[in-house]
Amino acid sequence: MGKVIVVTSGKGGVGKTTSTAALGAALAQTGKRVALVDFDVGLRNLDLVMGAERRVVFDLVNVIQGHAKLSQALIRDKRIDTLFLLAASQTRDKDALTEEGVADVIARLNQVFDYVLCDSPAGIERGAQLAMRFADEAVIITNPEVSSVRDSDRIIGLLDSKTMKAERGEELKKHVLVTRYDAERAARGEMLAIDDVLEILSVPLLGIIPESQGVLRASNVGAPVTLNEPTNPAAKAYMDAARRLEGENLPVVLPFDKRGLFDRLFRRKAA
Amino acid sequence: MTLLSLFKRRASAPVARERLQLLLAYERNNRNKPDLVAILREEIMAVIGRHIQIDQDQVQITMDRGKTTSTLEIDIQIPNDDKRLAVAC
Repeated sequence: MGKVIVVTSGKGGVGKTTSTAALGAALAQTGKRVALVDFDVGLRNLDLVMGAERRVVFDLVNVIQGHAKLSQALIRDKRIDTLFLLAASQTRDKDALTEEGVADVIARLNQVFDYVLCDSPAGIERGAQLAMRFADEAVIITNPEVSSVRDSDRIIGLLDSKTMKAERGEELKKHVLVTRYDAERAARGEMLAIDDVLEILSVPLLGIIPESQGVLRASNVGAPVTLNEPTNPAAKAYMDAARRLEGENLPVVLPFDKRGLFDRLFRRKAA
Repeated sequence: MTLLSLFKRRASAPVARERLQLLLAYERNNRNKPDLVAILREEIMAVIGRHIQIDQDQVQITMDRGKTTSTLEIDIQIPNDDKRLAVAC
């Protein structure tokens, strides 16, 4: 039996899909068998971020409706052979996913994979609730910004009430992954501090992903940032977060402003 | 205004933290409670309905939340031809 992890946030555009791809690839790079499942029916993007958009033949909805076998719909990554993707469908039918269907697919994936990462759609509606429904753990993606933190709080409320684990009275393990952290702005007091975010949400920290141009470069070419630029600070932060997901006790180091005095004076951007 | 404040903008992050803490304390408290205004509306309607015939659409209930106190405003329109009302007058 593997571990089912939902990557969720409430708010859109905070980095759920990017983080699903990067964490999934980082886990698979250490030899773990990983399945990434896109739950964003109608607005799928995980395939694009993973560079597999032209290889999607069957999707999650096809499998649930019995039009394709799970093995036919799983796309093996071309770079890491223990990494697989199950794409969302582009159908506009919001009710294409059924709870029983999702339960069945997740249970079957869970038997063959070490990790099943569910990329949640934004919002708190049915799709987001189905993505979290069968999770063992949750990674909550949060930007250090008021609306993102507020929405994360809403999502935490749902995780604690609407998941199978919560309904069984068990505790669902939650982690906060802070993305788009800008050390320079944090130092100037223009950005919520990590401690503030953690205190407000009272969920332990999985990692801090610094704002980095490497993330956009990676999605441009359709590769998880951990594969595309393994030495990039954001990639390293994702790899560390993946190790913490595996249970390793790795302290989180606050990213700092790497620019020297000269750069600061002339306001040059850090790499 | 000191000379220093000309160069240094006030940090906005502490303001963000304070606003979030206040808001979330309120939202968490209300998350699993049924809508108070809806309950009040139903019960008030029942009480008044025992004495006067009122039209559901003629009732406006609003709640305004202030810093220290909140106001509950109930606006019920009663038609003048109500017999009971005429007797009472």
